[in-house]
Amino acid sequence: MNPALVIPALAHPSRMAAAFIDSAPNPAAPIATPWFFYGLAAAAVISGLLVITRRNAVHSALSLIVTLLSVAGLYLMLYAPFVAGVQIIVYAGGIMVLFLFVIMLVNIERVSKERQFNRIWPVGLLASCALLALFMSAIQKGKSLFLDRMVQLPEGTNTQQIAAALYGETGKMGQYTFAFEIASLLLLVAILGAVIMTKKKI
Amino acid sequence: MLTSTINAFTSYLGSPLPPGNAGNQLWALIYVLIIFAGVAVVVLCMNWIERKALAHFQIRLGPMRVGPHGLLQPIADALKLMLKEDIIPDEADKLVFWVAPLIGLVAAFTVYTVIPFGPSQAVSDMNIGILFMLGVSSLGVLGIVTAGWASNSHYPLIGALRSSAQMVSYEVAMGLAVVSAILMTSLNRTGTGTLSMIGIVQAQQQQGIWFLFKFFPLGLIAFVIFAIAMVAETNRSPFDLAEAESELTAGFHTEYSGLRWSLFMLAEYAAMIAVSAIAVTLWLGGWLHPFPNALNGPAWEFIFSLFPGLTFGALALFAVIGTVRMPSHSFFRIQRAGLAVFALLLAFIALLLFVIAILGRNPDASIAARFREGIDYVYWFMLKVAIFMYLFIWYRATWPRYRFDQLMKVGWKVMLPISLGVLILTAIVGVFVS
Repeated sequence: MNPALVIPALAHPSRMAAAFIDSAPNPAAPIATPWFFYGLAAAAVISGLLVITRRNAVHSALSLIVTLLSVAGLYLMLYAPFVAGVQIIVYAGGIMVLFLFVIMLVNIERVSKERQFNRIWPVGLLASCALLALFMSAIQKGKSLFLDRMVQLPEGTNTQQIAAALYGETGKMGQYTFAFEIASLLLLVAILGAVIMTKKKI
Repeated sequence: MLTSTINAFTSYLGSPLPPGNAGNQLWALIYVLIIFAGVAVVVLCMNWIERKALAHFQIRLGPMRVGPHGLLQPIADALKLMLKEDIIPDEADKLVFWVAPLIGLVAAFTVYTVIPFGPSQAVSDMNIGILFMLGVSSLGVLGIVTAGWASNSHYPLIGALRSSAQMVSYEVAMGLAVVSAILMTSLNRTGTGTLSMIGIVQAQQQQGIWFLFKFFPLGLIAFVIFAIAMVAETNRSPFDLAEAESELTAGFHTEYSGLRWSLFMLAEYAAMIAVSAIAVTLWLGGWLHPFPNALNGPAWEFIFSLFPGLTFGALALFAVIGTVRMPSHSFFRIQRAGLAVFALLLAFIALLLFVIAILGRNPDASIAARFREGIDYVYWFMLKVAIFMYLFIWYRATWPRYRFDQLMKVGWKVMLPISLGVLILTAIVGVFVS
């Protein structure tokens, strides 16, 4: 993602210094500065690399938590606090605790002596390079599609807007109500399947 | 530079918004520092109160030697912990062992950003306040899990496994209970609902009822579910399987000593205050004094604003009684003088609060009136939280620890179905009542 799109303050380097002192009560003024983006993005990328390079599975899991939290921070910068909150609750708080729970039952001594990467890693490298090239070309070619500065989204009603998109306003179905219900049905089936597979006798 | 700083300082005074929403970073920083210092002091006090209360429950005296009635015991404890040797086991995973207490501490303190001590007495009012609180406080378990694993020892590992299983199980029931309270904000003639902590309290004010009593008994049941789950979330007795001292020595923090161990304790108490604050905000009307809609008007406001002073006055009275009843032996001379000074200090605070209450009795926009209001809000909020903190101690003194299978059975087979049923019933009743 092009940082210039995300951060309007990039055009005003003095804004970060000014924000600390400037006391004009203007809640709409973006406080998030380029440095937040660079910091969060760097944390996400570095910890993402650590996830695949650490030999110790617990270290990998902890790095993954850092990645997820940094991504939550990026969501916050995009004025999507609800998504950020859900990211923290579901991924960092719920799923990663279960991950750690399972990893701790694994014999790490034995696992850490095994070979970490199999022989097809050049193929993987090639594939990821191709993906990167695709993204770059998409950004280059589609430059005109992006706005030159970020649209000021109404942060205060973010949650309500998501609710309206998912469930609809009074008397009319939301844009994604059907898809949402289908997805929840799918999850329910998955939960029941997991229970049935683990229970021999119901 | 200096004038603009002073300008930033003064321009916020009188603003109806929390500093985070008013965009004033200086005041946000001041609030953060106040909260940090306040929580540290409260944890010290809690340490003393818990030891004394537990002792009296068991017909003992508790700490009596360090200071009058052991009042300086927490300071002595803190000094001891700071001076103790900091041992890191040889086979431990050094980095994770080092980071683990910090994870718990950071998670416990981060949630204080959105706790509404008053309509503008919060660091920030987030649109997703309650979601943020639940999410970040659920990160606290990572500190426990990593500590148990990094110790590379059996008891801590078992403690960590127990803790993670327990947290995941009780978070579900807790979340559903919270959702049923959030549903109540949107029902019954108020229009749209909210996740913001301040908005939730304001919804209770507008609807003229604490959510504890709304749709009786639905609100009450949801509250009880939350009150049980929050004890499990903070790993307190009777849910303290993660540190069950009769089975696991000290559970996840067996290998920790000195300052690092004290960080775990600080995180535990900070988390206790934080979850109590969630319960107070969602069901007990947050900063509102009792019956805010029936007993309003300047006269009642004035009466309610006397309560903070009266509380400190009562504490001062206890200290005076303690001074008078101290044995008149020369050994006790210093202790007696110390307690007398403490009584004077409390009496001075009480006097100060009375003066503020009287100066700010006219509900206008003057600084004194705003200050008086702020003290009232924080006082009623903290009073409600204090009740929960006492309950935590009471539970610990009263109930034996759960067995692990009982814990899981209660979590999944009792609390989860009940909270799900309450959620559905709340939605149905809400639709038909409004």
